[in-house]
Amino acid sequence: MSKIEIKKFNLYYADFHALKNININIEEKRITAMIGPSGCGKSTLLRSINRINDTIENVYTSGEINVSGENIYGDEIDVDALRRNVGMVFQRPNPFPISIYENVAFGLKVNRIALNKNIIDETVERSLKAVLLWNDIKDKLRKSALNLTLEQQQRLCIARLIAVAPHVILLDEPCSSLDPVATQKIEELVIQLKDRYTIVVVTHNMQQAARISHNTAFMFLGELIEFDKTEKIFTNPSKRETGDYVSGRFG
Amino acid sequence: MRKIIDNVIEAVIFMCGILSIVFVVLIFGFLFKEGFSFFKDFGIIKFITGQFWYPTSDTASFGILPLIIGSVLVTVGACIIAVPIGIMSALYISEIVPKGVRDVLKSLVELMAAIPSIVIGFVGMVTLVPFVRTLFDIPTGLTAFSGSIMLAFMAMPTIVTISEDAIRSVPWQYKEGALALGATEWQTMRRIVLKAAMPGIIAAIMLGIGRVIGETMAVMMITGNSARIPHSIFEPVRTMTAVIASEMGETVSGGIHYRALFAIALVLFIVTFIVNFIADLFLGKNKNK
Ligand SMILES: Nc1ncnc2c1ncn2[C@@H]1O[C@H](COP(=O)(O)OP(=O)(O)O)[C@@H](O)[C@H]1O
Ligand SMILES: [Mg+2]
Repeated sequence: MSKIEIKKFNLYYADFHALKNININIEEKRITAMIGPSGCGKSTLLRSINRINDTIENVYTSGEINVSGENIYGDEIDVDALRRNVGMVFQRPNPFPISIYENVAFGLKVNRIALNKNIIDETVERSLKAVLLWNDIKDKLRKSALNLTLEQQQRLCIARLIAVAPHVILLDEPCSSLDPVATQKIEELVIQLKDRYTIVVVTHNMQQAARISHNTAFMFLGELIEFDKTEKIFTNPSKRETGDYVSGRFG
Repeated sequence: MRKIIDNVIEAVIFMCGILSIVFVVLIFGFLFKEGFSFFKDFGIIKFITGQFWYPTSDTASFGILPLIIGSVLVTVGACIIAVPIGIMSALYISEIVPKGVRDVLKSLVELMAAIPSIVIGFVGMVTLVPFVRTLFDIPTGLTAFSGSIMLAFMAMPTIVTISEDAIRSVPWQYKEGALALGATEWQTMRRIVLKAAMPGIIAAIMLGIGRVIGETMAVMMITGNSARIPHSIFEPVRTMTAVIASEMGETVSGGIHYRALFAIALVLFIVTFIVNFIADLFLGKNKNK
């Protein structure tokens, strides 16, 4: 079943045509990877799925993106509710400059999911356990989140998403600022999460896409060139550009 | 030849730096000397807690409590007005207004800072004072309340510009992260942006207050200049700065009244020094982040 259906989607930054007629169906509770050379529009497409692109001036779109069957570019959409359901992890870990506890509790409070302190405490603990951070930091919940290592910060950013119980998690090169060991750990975490969430991950690391995803989309110059099972993309792609890219001939 | 010019310029810059420090030390030394000789004659406790400022009567009394209360009342009132409005304006300018308008607004606020205080005082006297009198139906509009409004007006540019800088230097990624979690714009501003910018905002407030504590002419014109302990903000008051400005001309150099005014100046100097020092602490904390 597809959780996200993107239909004839175009996006312009002022008069620059950044996404050209994208059509893609993303499966529920699977990991979908997006690969392609830098500047081809991966981040732009990902950021269209939670409408965080709205915060940039002069962005225009056409076409549809349906999440759980509802067009998120329709007139009746509640953008804040959408963003709660479609969480996002950014390229550079961006924990808020407040305590670890408050970082995780933030989403609960602003969305009025839980206002009772006991429930918030429980959710914070459960979320930090889900990202395997709890044991390391359970004694420093009140310390600033900025003192954590980059890997821990990225885990925290995932934990604060999980706390608000989204259906979809979008990750934009979540490991690009991490070392190989930390990268591997985050990958393991993402794989663990796939049973419960629909995950879309942008990466320029092809091994990573091959390791963790079920389906892979290859983008080039704002177009979706090919979308298929990951195995097929990497072993027997239908398009020449895809083959050239995954075999490292360009990009 | 170039080497010589270099050395000369270096020496000049060094001298300028040293001179400014020397001046501060000299001013402080002078205040200290005159102030202390006054304390020896009159007593520091009696000075600070005395309720009557009768500098020229036969049994002269130099109690500055009414003046301290006057200054505190006017300054605190100014803060209560200027801080929320200033922070809201800073938020508005940095977060809400489109880019083109933002620059215009910022220049306007900076222009406000350049208006001489005597002009603000004068305009306030002919517009604000009668307005306050009729609005609250009180015998005179020359009150602590009017002074607070005037001072708030003067503190605002400092508070707005420095807070705006602090708010705008909050990394974009924090806002994006908050919005991406489903927070509304306002929740993002209040819970994340303001919190992250807080050290800078506190420094802005302190610098704004610092400017206002030392303000003289405008307050003198507007607060009624009456050295009695007020019972409410709708009564005339007299501030420490106003006393010095209005009485310095009538004193005999070296006399006790003259030295009492220096003692007041010393108190003011110490207070502004502390306020600026706190502002520096917060500004420094901001930079280390
Ligand atoms: N805010 C923006 N304003 C204008 N152009 C942008 C903006 N963000 C990205 N672009 C352009 O859109 C294209 C796609 O960018 P992006 O989605 O970030 O690519 P990727 O993530 O694949 O590296 C690039 O050519 C980039 O220069
Ligand atoms: Mg990108």
